[in-house]
Amino acid sequence: METVYLIIALAPLVGAIIAGLFGKKIGKTGAHTVTILGVGLSFGLSVWVFVRLVFQGMPTYDGNVYTWMMAGGYSFHIGFLIDHLSALMMLIVTFVSLMVHIYTIGYMAHDEELWPSDSQVRSTAYQRFFSYIALFTFSMLMLVMSNNLLQLFFGWEAVGLVSYLLIGFYMNKESAIYANLKAFIVNRVGDFGFLLGIAALFAYTGSLNYEEIFSQTGKLATATVMLIPGQEWSLPSVVAILLFIGAMGKSAQVPLHVWLPDSMEGPTPISALIHAATMVTAGIFMVTRMSPIYELSTTALSLMLIIGSIGAFFMGLIGVVQNDIKRVIAFSTLSQLGYMTAALGASAYAAGMFHLMTHAFFKALLFLAAGSVIMAMHHEQDIRKMGGLRKYMPITYVTALIGSLALIGFPGTSGFFSKDSIIEAVELSHIPGAHFAAALLILGVFVTALYTFRLFFLVFHGRERMDAHTRAHLHEPPWVVTLPLTLLALATIGAGGVMYPLLFGDFFRSIYVAPDHNVLAELHHHFHGALAFLIDGFLAPPFWLSMAGVLVAWDVTLYRSKLGIHVHSRLGWVRTILQNGYGFDAFNDYVFARGARGLGRLLWKAGDALLIDGLIVNGTARVIGWTADRLRWIQTGYVYHYSFAMIIGLLVLLSWYVLR
Amino acid sequence: MFSHWPLLSLVIWTPIIGGFVVLGAGERANGARRLALIVAVATFLLSVPLFTGFDSQTAAMQFVEFQPWIHALNINYYLGVDGISMPLIILTTFSTVLVVIAGWEVIKEKQTQYLAAFLIMEGLMNGVFAALDSILFYIFFEGMLIPMFIVIGMWGGPRRVYATLKFFLYTFLGSVLMLIALIYMYTKSGSFSILDFQKLHMGITAQILIFMAFFGAFAVKIPMWPVHTWLPDAHVEAPTGGSVILAAVMLKIGGYGFLRFALPITPDASQTLSGVMIFLSLVAIVYIGFVALVQQDMKKLIAYSSIAHMGFVTLGTFVIYVIARHYGLTANLGEQPTPASLAAFNSGVLALEGALVQMISHGFISGAMFLSVGVLYDRMHSREINDYGGVVNRMPIFAGFLVLFAMANAGLPGTSGFVGEFMVILATLHGNFWLAFVAATTLIIGAAYTLWLIKRVVYGPVTNPKVAALQDINLREGVFLGLLAVAVLAVGIWPAPLLDVMHASVHHLLQQALTSKLS
Repeated sequence: METVYLIIALAPLVGAIIAGLFGKKIGKTGAHTVTILGVGLSFGLSVWVFVRLVFQGMPTYDGNVYTWMMAGGYSFHIGFLIDHLSALMMLIVTFVSLMVHIYTIGYMAHDEELWPSDSQVRSTAYQRFFSYIALFTFSMLMLVMSNNLLQLFFGWEAVGLVSYLLIGFYMNKESAIYANLKAFIVNRVGDFGFLLGIAALFAYTGSLNYEEIFSQTGKLATATVMLIPGQEWSLPSVVAILLFIGAMGKSAQVPLHVWLPDSMEGPTPISALIHAATMVTAGIFMVTRMSPIYELSTTALSLMLIIGSIGAFFMGLIGVVQNDIKRVIAFSTLSQLGYMTAALGASAYAAGMFHLMTHAFFKALLFLAAGSVIMAMHHEQDIRKMGGLRKYMPITYVTALIGSLALIGFPGTSGFFSKDSIIEAVELSHIPGAHFAAALLILGVFVTALYTFRLFFLVFHGRERMDAHTRAHLHEPPWVVTLPLTLLALATIGAGGVMYPLLFGDFFRSIYVAPDHNVLAELHHHFHGALAFLIDGFLAPPFWLSMAGVLVAWDVTLYRSKLGIHVHSRLGWVRTILQNGYGFDAFNDYVFARGARGLGRLLWKAGDALLIDGLIVNGTARVIGWTADRLRWIQTGYVYHYSFAMIIGLLVLLSWYVLR
Repeated sequence: MFSHWPLLSLVIWTPIIGGFVVLGAGERANGARRLALIVAVATFLLSVPLFTGFDSQTAAMQFVEFQPWIHALNINYYLGVDGISMPLIILTTFSTVLVVIAGWEVIKEKQTQYLAAFLIMEGLMNGVFAALDSILFYIFFEGMLIPMFIVIGMWGGPRRVYATLKFFLYTFLGSVLMLIALIYMYTKSGSFSILDFQKLHMGITAQILIFMAFFGAFAVKIPMWPVHTWLPDAHVEAPTGGSVILAAVMLKIGGYGFLRFALPITPDASQTLSGVMIFLSLVAIVYIGFVALVQQDMKKLIAYSSIAHMGFVTLGTFVIYVIARHYGLTANLGEQPTPASLAAFNSGVLALEGALVQMISHGFISGAMFLSVGVLYDRMHSREINDYGGVVNRMPIFAGFLVLFAMANAGLPGTSGFVGEFMVILATLHGNFWLAFVAATTLIIGAAYTLWLIKRVVYGPVTNPKVAALQDINLREGVFLGLLAVAVLAVGIWPAPLLDVMHASVHHLLQQALTSKLS
């Protein structure tokens, strides 16, 4: 089986290398063929592995491929752990990736037009893009298939690298290369915590292998660490919080979320694949994988509940005032990642994973639909200049509607099952902060419906606000675009069906939940079949809140449409706050970016140049020069001067000798 | 078949003699550079059997050569390598090949002399790593300054006189102190052998004074804050090849010196002063990182980044004492290892090997970065970051290499830059969380200064017409950048072979470093 796993991981890498290094030779067709073949092979084998594992009772695989290094009796390996959790992730990653690969054929077909004509990177932009997304797929697979934290970190940083390359794909655009630098550095802030978390765990367990770490949880549970003299802290809390800081970077949790909205500078297919469906959920996956550690720390769980729910509500609010089609969806992603994090905080890891999966489908769908709109609109992204697209692009319209309904959790869609189970799990949780979190998550439902349908109505309904030229060219994109939309829409509808085994069955065997945290088991008690859950869904407050949100959206965009387009002029200071994203960017720019440069300049000019070089180094030289200058006076060269000095010296010595 | 060859003498004297032959070739530049390349490649090939024929099971010196030299003072021509010095010799021979290729067309004036200087320097540096007699070491150690002095002074930039003087005085001042220490130890032991020094028992005062002398010699070389200010000046003025050798090999001699001399000869002083050394290392990592952020000159930026990266070498070297203290391991490793002493020992190995890997990796990465800047400088005659922007539009292949090396410089996993830093941080946290915390900020600061450089040089629209006229790299440039890319990736993806040769020697070194000489 090891060979199969190797092929699953390496097939996209081979495609990426061929498309990347020989892009010019194999041309556009060659590039997308070879990468799609690679990712397609991975997807096919992932399905096969999933089926064997889940339905045919194949045992979990945990084995090393090679020894990365050995030092001081510690060994570090590259290896695979294929259990239900990683098999599910492999399925999600390869499926969405395959869809995005196919979609990209249509989306990037005329990409050269966006490049300066004399740029030498222009002609291979298409091939480079395919190479990057295939490389991303490889990295993401290495991340989820890993059996240890080292390889997870490899994948973690590699997806960050590809994200960096893709956000800055249009490398002549100042905003794009600003955004990718920002994304990388903010992620590095998270990685800083993550690496320390890994190191702390390693210091106490002597291993980075999951199996070996988890076998020592009994010992870890009571371990304490004194970081500040006199303060004994629980080691699992310290480790869990440090690891979570990594997740905050990658999964864009407040306050490390600032990079994700800007990442929309990248081409739309990667917004779907990387910045919605897969990479940003790596943090959620990591926490789920490390559940035996997190279960030892109520503090960390509580922190996740609070951070997650804050993101879920407040990031959604920003989405309401955005006018760029992609930025609306980006803030929606921030909000949904908040829901997942809150689920983890409530120890409902399975619900978090379930939402990760449904979100991967419907959010990829929404992004790809947005990309389809952007293509039709000739790269116009301002929703105030759209409207009435429904009749020009029926497939995009229907699939976007399905995605939107799933996003607001309309009963029956997959988003309903996953989001409702998160909300109910958080309501049932006894972890400190759960009440606060539950309130925010429920309010978030209203906000979600508001921004989602504001976007939907502004784009597909109402007056056609684009110029005549654009309107004349509006049309449905080719099948390579509509096919992925359709397949993702089907997945969006169908994915809710796996709720029972995922949440209440023993699907996620590797997730450990402490008995007193087990909200899903409690939820199971209240669960009386999917139909009852569905009917309950229609009666519960979230449904009415979301309907209210849709209604308000309809009111402000269609019914009193002026209001919707100029919504900001009515909201005054609230609008200012939201449009500035609560001032996070301004603060970071001012304090961290400018502060770091200021500090650097100070240390350089005052420390290196003035103090060390000016005072000590050149100062020494000056002192030597000065002394030599004075000493020169006695080097007169006259013999009688020297003999005079000799006689004086002799006299002094003699008198000292005599008088002693 | 090589086992009976005097390989160490060959890797020392082949390039030195070769260098003089090249000099003798005079103005026939084409023949001279070919000869230089042949000598450099031959030396590299001669160094390969050092790796393949190396016995990684033993900590003893290998490929030993011993010839009495000055009987009266018991000074000998005594060579040998262990797992600590052998990889550094290969780094030296590898880097020299690249430098010869890099100077192939670019150096227009006195090319034969330029290439000869590097060949002679290579032999002397190999001598530094291979010498087991301290006087021999000292001669090589001082001798290698002369060709470097000439390289910067002859082929350097406008402020080369200031830079060479600063370079020479800084490094010379420190090493004179070391000579006194060596003579003192000779009076105590009757031998100049480094291995005999390591067995010499000395009181704490003597150890501290000797340590200070070593500090003077080696801290300047690394360089550690605050004796680092010669490096940015030297780099800025040096020609590309000079910068490459300076960063890739010469700085390592400082790190090597601490491992070969300070830890085993003065373990108690090292322990006593480890706090200071770690403090200076962390200052290098953080303070210098911030200084690198605001540099306008590409070479200066990379020079400062080198200092920050070398901070991990000294941190890994001296953090072993913090780890030992944390686990209550005060003096000697007991006969019966307890779990605590075992953990202390194991993470100490991790720290020292991390420092060594960081040296090798930094050799590749800083060499690559300086060569890349050289590629740009040859075309634009400017090192100012602001003169660039949008290079990728004209030089896509070069940009690909530069981004790879930048990522390695920022310590991305999968590149060699990650391995050493990762090991040192991992080990440091065994001893003290906050030390690891400060060291790990390099993840953020390193990424910030490196990628900001990339943003301003590689990406963005082309605004400078001179950038618009740039030509992508040729085959010759592709060869040296490609070789380095392979090296950077190979060590990043599979560091095990590199580490395997170090284990036995590092274990032995750690034992020496943790064994008090006072009792």
